[in-house]
Formats: sequence, C-alpha cells, structure tokens
Amino acid sequence: MTVDQGTAAKVAKLARIAVEEEALPALADEFNAILGFVEQLNEVDVEGVEPMVSVTPMRLKRREDVVTEGGMADAVLENAPDAREGFFAVPKVVE
Amino acid sequence: MGDLNALTIAEARDGLRSGAFTAGDLTEACLTAIEGAGALNAFVHHTPEIARAQAAKADQRLSAGEAPALCGIPLGIKDLFCTKGVPGQAGSRILEGFKPGYESTVTRQLWASGAVMLGKLNMDEFAMGSSNETSTYGNAINPWRRGNDDTALTPGGSSGGSAAAVAADLCLAATGTDTGGSIRQPAAFVGITGLKPTYGRCSRWGIIAFASSLDQAGPMTKSVRDAAIMLQEMAGHDPADSTSADLPVPDFEALLTGDIKGKTIGIPKEYRMEGMPDEIEALWAEGRKMLEDAGARMVDISLPHTKYALPAYYVVAPAEASSNLARYDGVRYGYRAKLAQGDGVTEMYEKTRAEGFGAEVKRRVMIGTYVLSAGFYDAYYNRARKVRALIKRDFEEVFAQGVDAILTPATPSAAFGLGEMSEADPVAMYLNDIFTVTVNLAGLPGIAVPAGVDRQGLPLGLQLIGRPWEEGDLLNTAYALEQAAGFVAKPAKWW
Repeated sequence: MTVDQGTAAKVAKLARIAVEEEALPALADEFNAILGFVEQLNEVDVEGVEPMVSVTPMRLKRREDVVTEGGMADAVLENAPDAREGFFAVPKVVE
Repeated sequence: MGDLNALTIAEARDGLRSGAFTAGDLTEACLTAIEGAGALNAFVHHTPEIARAQAAKADQRLSAGEAPALCGIPLGIKDLFCTKGVPGQAGSRILEGFKPGYESTVTRQLWASGAVMLGKLNMDEFAMGSSNETSTYGNAINPWRRGNDDTALTPGGSSGGSAAAVAADLCLAATGTDTGGSIRQPAAFVGITGLKPTYGRCSRWGIIAFASSLDQAGPMTKSVRDAAIMLQEMAGHDPADSTSADLPVPDFEALLTGDIKGKTIGIPKEYRMEGMPDEIEALWAEGRKMLEDAGARMVDISLPHTKYALPAYYVVAPAEASSNLARYDGVRYGYRAKLAQGDGVTEMYEKTRAEGFGAEVKRRVMIGTYVLSAGFYDAYYNRARKVRALIKRDFEEVFAQGVDAILTPATPSAAFGLGEMSEADPVAMYLNDIFTVTVNLAGLPGIAVPAGVDRQGLPLGLQLIGRPWEEGDLLNTAYALEQAAGFVAKPAKWW
C-alpha cells in the first residue's frame, strides 16, 4: 500500500493538522517510509492470535458511584486561552 | 567531603542523617551547579524557591529525627510530570504557558518522602524522540565528549534532560519516563543507571500521556542502589490510575545482596544484530563473563519475534498517541493559533495543531490516525496488537524455562552527534530503540547499567530485563553487574 498526496491530505484532515499543499508530497514520502518499515509485520503468522488489549491481564477495579471531585470551574478554566463567564470560548461553531 | 551535588542518594542520606551537612547545603550545591550548567540546557524550568522551602522543611524533619526515605534529596523532574503551579509543557509549544493545577501521583509521593524539587528537565516533545532534538526548548547537551573533540553530542531521548542533569551532577537523581526506551537509552548514553519498572508499577496519573499501554515512569540515578531507593518511593497502587497494580511493593534496597549464584541469565540470539559495532558486541560478551564469574548460569535463548518489535511499536505507539494528543486543540490549555477573519472552530483546531506541534509529533499523530482509520485498522493496528501478543509470549516462554533475567546491549551505539541523524529518514532514528522497545511491548521491567567506555571514551550500557513485578530480583542482578563492571568514569567538566 502506498500513500499518495490525496491520502496524505485526508489523513492530515482527520488528524486536524493544517498541512500546506506544497508539503504534501514530502509528507506522503515520509508516510511511505514508515509504513514500508511496518510492512514487515505481514511476514508474521498471526493465525489464531488474539490482539493484545492489556499487557497485564487485570480486572478493572470498581468504585462507589459517587462524585469524587467537582465544583471547581475556575480551576478548570485557569489555563484556557479564552474563557468567559465560566465557559471556554471558541470561534463560532454554527452559522 | 567533595562537591555535595556529586553524591549519590545513598551517600547523601547518610551524610544528612549524621549531620555532616544539611539539606540546605545540599540543595544550594545543586542550585549552584545548575546555574553554571546553562550550556547543557538540561533544566528548562527552575524552581529554586520551592527547593529552598522544601530543604528547610527537610532540615526540620531531620533534626526532629523523623526523616522519611528521601528527606532532603534534591531531584530533577522530567517536564512530562505535572507539578502543581509549575510550568509543564512536555517539551511542546502547544502547552506553552500551561501550569497544571494538580500534582502527578509519582511526584506527590516523592515530595511526601521528603525530596526537594530543583526544577523541570528538558525532553523530546511529548517524549517522542531518541536524541532530545524534538524539544521546543532546544537540544539538551550530553556532558560527555569524544576525547578532546568538542562536537556536541546527544544525551539521548526522550529523557535527555534527565540524563544530562544526573550525569553532570546537577541533581542527585531524576525522574524519567519510558515508552520505547526513553529512560534506558539516555541512561546508557551518559553512563548512569536507568530503570523502567513493570507496566503498572508506578501510577501514570498526572504524567502527560504519549502511548498509555506502554508509558511507565522510573528513576534515573547514579547507582543501582539509588534506583532501588527511588523506585521504592515512586511505586505503588493509585486508585486514580486503573492500570496501576494493586500489589505490595517490596523493600527493593533490602534485596540488594549482590549474590546471584545459581541465577539463570539468558542471552537472546536475536539481539545480535547485523552491522552491530564490535565494541557493543565485546561489551555484551564481557557482561556475560562478569555475570558468569559472579556465579550465574548463562544460557543461550531465543526470542523469535524480536525483529518485529519496532514495526509493531511504530503502529501501536502512534495509534495511542493520535488518540491521547487529540486533546490539544487550543480550547482548554496552552497555545491557540491566531485566526484569520472568518475562521471557524475547525480552522482553529487545524492551525493550532499545525503551529503547536513539532514535525515528529505531527508525523506520529498522522501515522496513528492512518493506522486507525477505516479500512486500515485490521491491516495495521490489529495485526500489530497480535504481533505484540507474540512478542510477550516469547518472553513468557523463556521465563517458564527458568530464566531469571536477560542480558542485552542497551543501545546499538554510543551517543551520536547532535544533527548527525537529521539527514536520515525517521526510521534510522527509530532503530535506537531496537534493544529496549521489546520490554515496553511486553510490559516487563528493564534496567540500563553503565558497563564500559568505547574507543572515544564515551560510556556504553548493558540492559537487563526481568520478570514482571520482580524489579527487586532485577535490581539485585544489576547490582552484581555494576559491582563487576566497576564503572566510575565521569565526564570532564567543560560547561
């Protein structure tokens, strides 16, 4: 499988990273170098092997269904580039 | 007594308790060393006021005779750990100005144990890199040089600042994190000890995530004993991290007897790589002899899927990174791009991420996006997870045959020059982790121990890999190796 410029542009879009048109050929080349390296995985017989979910099989712990933290809107907003009236502010989402 | 900042944790602990010097003296010695080491670019956020306050408190506890394990010990903290009220950027522009309002579990435990925080340490952006060259703070510099050649060398990565700081005696020890080799490779490049614990031994809570199924925090220290002392305080179950193990933490230091008689140590034939430098091969053979002389039984073993570890890693890690790094969108923290007239929220995301992330991070986020996208998920991501299961099985099989630990080289070369790899394609840089990455994929503990120097006088390390949860036994084997190797070289001060 080789990645062409169109695919590179699509991936950049999915990743929400702006990539200039001129940079797409080089990006596609880099993808192909890395994916070419990864291609080796096709040599491995994985018949009947379960994909690993967790490296140490463990049951997730349960806890009481209660509020542990909250009521700290100011602290949550402290690092926001733009916060107003207790909310994160972003450019207009809906026309 | 020589320079206090050059002490190990164990030596400083004794000196503080005997009253030979105070935590204040020790902290000032480190702060002075840091001030004079700007050329190494290891410390990127300095916290002298926190350090002095913690040292004063440590001195009170010491004189009251109620000093916890790390009382008064000055440490450097990798920029990936969130420390309350102190800037933390994970080496990235996208977290410019971010001051966490909370403390990571590991650092909280270290402060509770009396440790002193000197500041935050340089690292590759989001821990993605093997040379510290992807950092928004610029390169960290290795205190070691090739003889009289003044070429600037990499301290390795991603925990490059931690490695440089410990090797140059700017702090007694430092925290690191290791996703594919980011503690062990830099430790080997600067001649110090670096331990990646079993996955789940240390809480990941409050450590900025790269690849959550692989990330693990660990100590970077001047000796194996110090690694045992520091791991003790970093480890333990944390309800805030559901993958942290609810297992007892043994007394690691008490397990350091240096006696490895009757232990079985495996030498994996697949780690003998084509084109491996003679010096690495020779060091590995010496390490084998050292452990044998110490009474261990050396056996040849096979880990047949070793070759596929790096390719599997370069699917799994970017996939998880693409998901973890989706949160950096210019809304909640850090950098937001300047927008043009008419730009909406999508342009804000795209421009913020394009300007905020460096080239390597963007590359990995996009590779991760690709391997998780519809149509490729099975071919790449699921296949890589299956191969990962086979890599883990390889280790389980040798451990079931009675192997207690595995000896390998830590890195395929000594530290290289900054910029020397910049012309190579990304895969050439990825090969730095060839001996370390299997350990992350299998969730095992691994330790790099300095074992010799190359022709140019640069340090080389050996790696020991242990059974899951048996860091104590692994540290003891490392201790025997350390004693046999007798590595005491220090970089000549030029900075």
